[in-house]
Amino acid sequence: MTTATPAGSTVSDPPGRSPKGSAAVERKSRFDVRERPELLLVPAVFVVLILVWQFLIPLFVDDYVLPVPSSIVDSLIQQLTDPLFWGHLEVTLRESLIGFLIGVGSAILLGTAISQVRLVEKTLMPYVVAFQTVPKVALAPLFVVWFGFGLTSKIVMAAVISFFPMLINVIEGLRAADADRIQMLTVFGASKLQIFRMVRLPSAMPFIFAGLDIGIVFAILGAVVGEFIGAKEGLGYLLLQTNYNFDIAGMFAVLVVLSVLGLLAHFLIRFAQRKIAFWAEESRVIAA
Amino acid sequence: MSLRAPGRQTSPATAAETDTDAWIRVAGLDKTYKARRSEPTVALQGIDLSVRRGEFVSVVGPSGCGKTTMLKILAGLVSRTAGDVQIAGNDVNGPLPEIGMVFQAATLLPWRTVRQNVLVPVEVQGLDKEKYGARADELLEMVGLGEFADSYPYELSGGMQQRAGICRALVHDPAVLLMDEPFGALDAMTREYMNVELLRIWQQSGKTVVLVTHSIPEAVFLSDRVVVLSARPGRIAEIVDVELDRPRDLSVMASDRAGVYVERIRRHFNATSVID
Repeated sequence: MTTATPAGSTVSDPPGRSPKGSAAVERKSRFDVRERPELLLVPAVFVVLILVWQFLIPLFVDDYVLPVPSSIVDSLIQQLTDPLFWGHLEVTLRESLIGFLIGVGSAILLGTAISQVRLVEKTLMPYVVAFQTVPKVALAPLFVVWFGFGLTSKIVMAAVISFFPMLINVIEGLRAADADRIQMLTVFGASKLQIFRMVRLPSAMPFIFAGLDIGIVFAILGAVVGEFIGAKEGLGYLLLQTNYNFDIAGMFAVLVVLSVLGLLAHFLIRFAQRKIAFWAEESRVIAA
Repeated sequence: MSLRAPGRQTSPATAAETDTDAWIRVAGLDKTYKARRSEPTVALQGIDLSVRRGEFVSVVGPSGCGKTTMLKILAGLVSRTAGDVQIAGNDVNGPLPEIGMVFQAATLLPWRTVRQNVLVPVEVQGLDKEKYGARADELLEMVGLGEFADSYPYELSGGMQQRAGICRALVHDPAVLLMDEPFGALDAMTREYMNVELLRIWQQSGKTVVLVTHSIPEAVFLSDRVVVLSARPGRIAEIVDVELDRPRDLSVMASDRAGVYVERIRRHFNATSVID
């Protein structure tokens, strides 16, 4: 083996498959319909469903019970051009986001303490498990009594409901660190804090993002449920109003907006995950 | 890094064992694992070993003979039951900064670039980042990973990852390099290639190396001395001086003299009819 130059030695490296080659292939086939038939099938199913709904369902079901897609779209356009609607949207967004940040933030703090300090774990884990079994939505009436008809009761609801999935993910994630990686850092003389920062925290990132993903959707749910119980504004309030008025198309319009909101939040978090925890998807490629 | 270890001529084993300024000194080392319900397991018993500065020593033995335990005791990862262990004049009671270690798996951190991975010991020990950064680049260049410094581990093949692992073990200029079956996960071709690489790196850096391996030919090819451990409890069955000329290349392994060493070590395994 005469590998004089560094460049030469990489070329003659026996496992000579190009390490970057697979990435290039992946990129090429990303939008190739032959490789990924779902790119065609998913929209196709959507179109078929809408057509059936628009033209077949009205033959059996009255329009005021189940409005056809075109009347939902009409209603949606009407809502979106109404400044009142945007006010409701803003209220729900504010409740969800503040609740989400509080819930997720406290879950990260408590989860870190539980996963790192034995005594905290032993003391608090029974309570965590007990509270986790409580159906959080059932607490909403209580929160309205305690915190009133304003934003606070909805923020508390959103925080409580997004707290638990995040907590479980933080605890699991901080424990998921690979023992070999911890041993490696130990050999080089790392302190507990260094091990936490350099291995445990990054190892937990995919879990934390899973918690954020569930948490944001739950927070919106929490805010809407809170508005159901007692509120003067918000999308949940609007949903009840349209319901009382038997404006089913209007209800569907609000549901569409809520779904789009959830989807946007989901994709935003997925985007952040790809940027911040970029290794998570590729890490299974790492050789043993 | 260009520092070559002085006086690398092989000397009789007896001389090494009485050498008082040995770079690694193990005396009367015992390790017993206590189990709650069963009899305690004696992993290592009465291990005496001295390694000179700049020497390349391999440890071979049947499965479960405690060779990895011995290395982990040297690394300060596992406590000992009895005996003394010194490295470069320091008693080993925990991980020493004088140690660089290469693991069975490359154990690179996937969220760090190759260069950042190599610099892990520097960061952990709070050493001068600029000075050692230059050294990291030099080491990566030396193992042919210069152009991959800013790549992430998943972009590297298994052999390349293990070479980065070797750079990481060397970056803080440790006195001793401990290697725990570092090439066990690689295919035969890559493994031979890595053996040649390792010899080259060892010759350039002049480090003292203790290598645990289950490949007898690998041990013979690389080492000044091969420590043969017996089956459990692990005792030193024989220390074989490998007097093959340096520098060596793979053709050495086809020679009769190398074959004699391999056979002599293999006899120990056949006697216990356990082959690792």
